[in-house]
Amino acid sequence: MRFIFKTRYEQDIELFQHGGKVFWYGLLMAVLLVAPVFVSPYVLTQLSQVCIYAIVAVGLMLLAGFTGQLSLGHAAFMAVGAYTQGVLVTAGVPFFVGIVAAALFAAAVGVIVGLPALRVKGLYLGIATLAFGTIIEEIIARAEHVTGGNAGLMVPPVNLFGWRFADGPSFYYLCLAFAVAATLIVINILRSPTGRAFVAIRDSEISAQSMGVNLAFYKTLSFAISAAFAGVAGGLYAHNIRFLSPDQFTVVQSIELVMMVVIGGLGSVHGAIYGAAFLIALPQMINAVKPFLPLFLSEATGLQPTVFGAVLILVVLFEPLGIYGAWLKTRTYFDLFPFYRQGMFRRQKAFQKSDRLK
Amino acid sequence: MQFVQLVISGLAQGCIYGLIALGFVLIYKATETVNFAQGELLMIGGFAGLFAATTLGFPYWAVILVAMAVTAVIGFLNERIILRPILGQSAVAIVMVTIGFGYMARGLVTMIPVIGTDTHSLPVPFRGEVFRFAGLVISAEHIVIITVTILLCGALAALFRYTKIGIAMQAMSQNQLAAYYMGIPVKRLSSLIWAISAAVAAIAGILLAPLTFIHANMGFIGIKAFPAAVIGGFTSLPGAIVGGLIIGVVESLAGFYLMEGFKDAAPFMVVLAMLVLKPNGLFGERLAKKV
Repeated sequence: MRFIFKTRYEQDIELFQHGGKVFWYGLLMAVLLVAPVFVSPYVLTQLSQVCIYAIVAVGLMLLAGFTGQLSLGHAAFMAVGAYTQGVLVTAGVPFFVGIVAAALFAAAVGVIVGLPALRVKGLYLGIATLAFGTIIEEIIARAEHVTGGNAGLMVPPVNLFGWRFADGPSFYYLCLAFAVAATLIVINILRSPTGRAFVAIRDSEISAQSMGVNLAFYKTLSFAISAAFAGVAGGLYAHNIRFLSPDQFTVVQSIELVMMVVIGGLGSVHGAIYGAAFLIALPQMINAVKPFLPLFLSEATGLQPTVFGAVLILVVLFEPLGIYGAWLKTRTYFDLFPFYRQGMFRRQKAFQKSDRLK
Repeated sequence: MQFVQLVISGLAQGCIYGLIALGFVLIYKATETVNFAQGELLMIGGFAGLFAATTLGFPYWAVILVAMAVTAVIGFLNERIILRPILGQSAVAIVMVTIGFGYMARGLVTMIPVIGTDTHSLPVPFRGEVFRFAGLVISAEHIVIITVTILLCGALAALFRYTKIGIAMQAMSQNQLAAYYMGIPVKRLSSLIWAISAAVAAIAGILLAPLTFIHANMGFIGIKAFPAAVIGGFTSLPGAIVGGLIIGVVESLAGFYLMEGFKDAAPFMVVLAMLVLKPNGLFGERLAKKV
């Protein structure tokens, strides 16, 4: 068991609380860096995919998990980023300019989508973002001269200073770099006054307001940052899939993104990464067990949604902190061994609060 | 004439949206949760009706009853088993659970061997019949939808107005705690509300079947019913129907007079305007919190 003896205030906001963390994160980083040597190209593509979704996930976690704003339109931000990147790169704009433009454009759309958040909250906000998402999807499908409409848009591979990040290890490293950067940015935001303001808004808008937090500004900011992350991820997604069409960014996709952060564990950056890994790994796991299932099950197209839905329900019912919560319990168990008690993480008895009174 | 024609078909479609929205509102009023799986309950109702009509060979009215009964039981169990344990958790948690239920329902339905991902058509006695009236051509399906919706609304209004259980439900939606103190079985009633709203969804499913066929993804229509509920104010039963009618008519008119693509986006544009201008909807109650 480890005791952290704090002697300076700075220790509260240090990136790594103690040497053990430096070691484990360093090890993780090293494993990720040498991964291309060991794993097959297919697994590597999946890892790139995990990195891309991890970028969306940390962004969405900032919004949903830390600012408490429900967004059911995040796929639309990804779409904005992906199409911006696709169109610009096709027009000969360098990769980095494209990705910055994708982030900025998505952030601008995020600000617009965030506007209803100033007036409505909770479920209404979810519905408002859902409405925005549908409208953006429809705009992309109809703006055929720019986006290619439903026929789709081909995207060339990444070309950076004349060096092609076509596929395999080079693209993986690019995605990994972006994912690590995104995670670090979010962690740093959370350590700063901005992040504290976000968490204050999540916990109680009235208290935050009385502490001098400008609700309108911080809510919009949260939407903008979150959308910018989704935009960057969209840009990478465009290069990864190489083909964009509006039906890749539907409401269903948005809902899956929210599922990702809920299953990973709302309110933790770890959870965002776990959720992204889960979202990519689940179809693979299902494919792996399919040969052992009876025929009517393995051939059903609905197998994946069923498992997804079941996992979601079980997580919310039994493990509100998601995969991160499960990990936390395991870790605490070994940390405190043999003093772990059954009720240590018992959920506080909650009474239903009325949302109708604002 | 063209215009009136469009309005009538819009009204019929709007009744469907209204009925789904009614389900949202019933549940929201009673338990302050939004059931994102309302569309899937509609789909289950459709399939239950299909089973009753084709395999069991029931007449149309019995088909409706079977569908209502099946979904009511599912709605009841859904509340009892999945939702009650997490009452009091954050709105996101509850929304995610209903979404999860919707996913499971959609996935499980495709696993039933005879259903799969095919589309099925429900045999109805009035298929393809049309009425001509003063230059208008109105299909029997539309008339049935509108009539059944009116009857159902009347029945629900009477339930809430005149029966003991209805009045208890009203009390519960106003103040759960006070209702509990008055000896109203709040828990049992919220299960019952889920059953009623699922049954309403089943009726919508049976009514929708002649228009769109029955398939595993028909539940996505539920997404379009959100705008209806928001426009009506989310806490008003007549509001839900009015909202549904507005959405239906707007969609029908936009599909004809505006560019292609506006048909699907129009309801959402209306709801965004509504949320920005009047977040409480047309009939919503405005309550202020005392600090």
